[in-house]
Amino acid sequence: MTALDDTRREVARVAEATPSAAAASVPVMQPRRSSAGHRIRNLIPPLITFGVFILVWYLYSWSRFDNAAQRRNALPYPHTVITDGFFPLWDDTNGFRPILGYMWPTMKVTLIGLAISIVLGVSIAVVMNLSRGMERALFPYAVILQTVPILAITPLLTQLFGDEIGVRLVVVVLIAIFPVITNTLFGLQSTDRLHHDLFTLNHVSRWTRLRKLELPSALPATMAGIRIASGGAVIGAIVADFFFNQGEKGIGYYIRNKQQRAANRPEMFAGTITASMFGVVMFLIVGAITARAIRNWHESAAKQT
Amino acid sequence: MTDTATASDVSGTATSPRLRFEHLSMVFPDGTHAIDDVSFTVDPGEFVTVVGPSGCGKSTLLRIASGLTEHTGGVCDVNRDSIGYVFQDATLLPWRTVQHNVELNAELQGISKAERKRRAAEAIELVNLIGHEDKYPKQLSGGMKMRCSLARSLVLNPEVFLFDEPFGALDEISRERLNDELISLFNSEKFAALFITHSIAEAVFLSTRVLVMSARPGRIIGDYAIPFGSERPHDIRFEPAFAEICGRINDDLKDAHS
Repeated sequence: MTALDDTRREVARVAEATPSAAAASVPVMQPRRSSAGHRIRNLIPPLITFGVFILVWYLYSWSRFDNAAQRRNALPYPHTVITDGFFPLWDDTNGFRPILGYMWPTMKVTLIGLAISIVLGVSIAVVMNLSRGMERALFPYAVILQTVPILAITPLLTQLFGDEIGVRLVVVVLIAIFPVITNTLFGLQSTDRLHHDLFTLNHVSRWTRLRKLELPSALPATMAGIRIASGGAVIGAIVADFFFNQGEKGIGYYIRNKQQRAANRPEMFAGTITASMFGVVMFLIVGAITARAIRNWHESAAKQT
Repeated sequence: MTDTATASDVSGTATSPRLRFEHLSMVFPDGTHAIDDVSFTVDPGEFVTVVGPSGCGKSTLLRIASGLTEHTGGVCDVNRDSIGYVFQDATLLPWRTVQHNVELNAELQGISKAERKRRAAEAIELVNLIGHEDKYPKQLSGGMKMRCSLARSLVLNPEVFLFDEPFGALDEISRERLNDELISLFNSEKFAALFITHSIAEAVFLSTRVLVMSARPGRIIGDYAIPFGSERPHDIRFEPAFAEICGRINDDLKDAHS
C-alpha cells in the first residue's frame, strides 16, 4: 500500500468525522511530491493525450480512405505501423533492427554536433560579453546563422564540406548553436550587479570573474539554451541525412528511401517515430542533467527537491 | 573636521583615523549632485553610523570609501586593501554552500586553501552559523544569509567595515538579534565601522557616533556622540536617554526633508 493510499484514507476518515475541518486538514496531509503514487498520477494526463491522438489517427485514417490498400499506402492505421513498420523486431533486413542501425550514425552526428555547438556557442557568448563592441560586431551574424535557409545552400555546403559526416555536423551546428549563444549571453549579462561589485572589491582578474561568477550565474540560462538546441540538433541531423548521404547512412536516409515507394509507408512512419523518440529522449536527458546541476540553488529547480 | 593631514598618511598608528573624508563631494556624470562637502573620520574602535532620507547619497559614501565609485571632489583616505563591505543584500553566490561562500573573499585574494578553511571556521563560529556549513543560500533564512555575508567579510579580518543597510530587509526581531550580535562582534574584533541605515533606533543602538545626512545633495546636518558604553544590553533601547537621542535625530531628519 502506498503512502498516498494511506493519506487519502486518512483524509476521508477525517472528512467523515469532522466535515468542517476536512478542508483545512487536506493541505497538511499532502503526500511528499516524490512518492510513487504521485509519479504515477503525473503520467495520467499525457497518457490521455496519447490515447486521444491515437484515436484521432484511427478515425481520420478510417474516414479518409475507402479500401485497405489505399489506406496502408497513405496513412496506415497505428497497428499497421507496428506490424509492418516495426516488426519483425530483430531481423537483419526488415523491421526495427535496421532502423536502429540507421539511427546510430544520426545519433552520433547529433551528439557530436551538439557538443560542438555548446563549446563554440558558450565561447562566442563569452567573447560577445567582453564588450558592447564585440556584441555589436558578432550578434548580427549569429542571427544570420539562424535565419539562413540551410536547405537552399546544400550544394554550397557540399562543395565546402564534402558529402559525408562533416557536412552533416555543419548543418547540426548551424541549427543548434544559436539558442546556446543567445541564452548564454543573456545569462552572462544578467549576472547580479552587487555580485559584480563584490568581485570588483576583491580586485579579481577578468578570467576569475568569468570563471567564478559569470559562467556559474549563466548556467541555468545556458542549460535552457542547450535544451532547445538538443531538439534542433536532432532535426538538423535527420535533415542532413536527407541531403548528404555519403558515408555512414542515417535515419533520414532510411526515411527518404521509404518515402519513394508508397508500399513502404508503414516503414516510413516507423523510422519517423523512432527518430522523434530519440529527440524526446535527448530533451529528457538534458532536462535531467539541468535539474541535477542546479537543483540545490536555482529557483526553477525548487519543485524537484 | 579641519584636519589637514596629508593624504599619504594611512600607515595607521593607533590614533590615526582608519577612514577620512575631507570636503568630499560627488557629482554624477548625469549632473546629479549626490554629496556636498562631507568631512568626518572613523577611528579604530569607532562605530559611525550615517542616517538620512532615502536617496540622500548615504550608500554613495560607502561606494566611494571602497573605491567602487570615484569621487569628484575632496579627499577620501582609506586603506583599500583592508575593507570589509557588507551589502544591502547578502549577495551570497547561490551555487556555493555556506562554507564556500564564507571562503569566497579569501579565495579571490589568493589565500591558501588550508588557511582560508581555518579562517572560515572561525568566522562561521563568530556569526553562530555552526552546523549550517553545507547548506545552500536557498535553504537559509534572511537573518542567516546576512550572518553568512558578515562571516565572508570577517574572514579577511579587515580594518574597516562598511555596512550598507545590511539589515534593512529583515524583520524587526531578526534585525534586533543581529544588532546584538554585531555589537559583540564589534567589541571583540575592534574594527572601524561605517554603517548606513534609515532606522534611527538601529543607528543609536549600534554606534559610538551618529551623523545625520540631509536630502540630496547630501551633507552632514547633525552629529551625535552616543553616550552609552561599549556593552549595549538589549533593553537599552527602552531607556529615556535612548529615546531622547532618537527624538533629536528624528527632528533633524524632519528638517532634512523639508
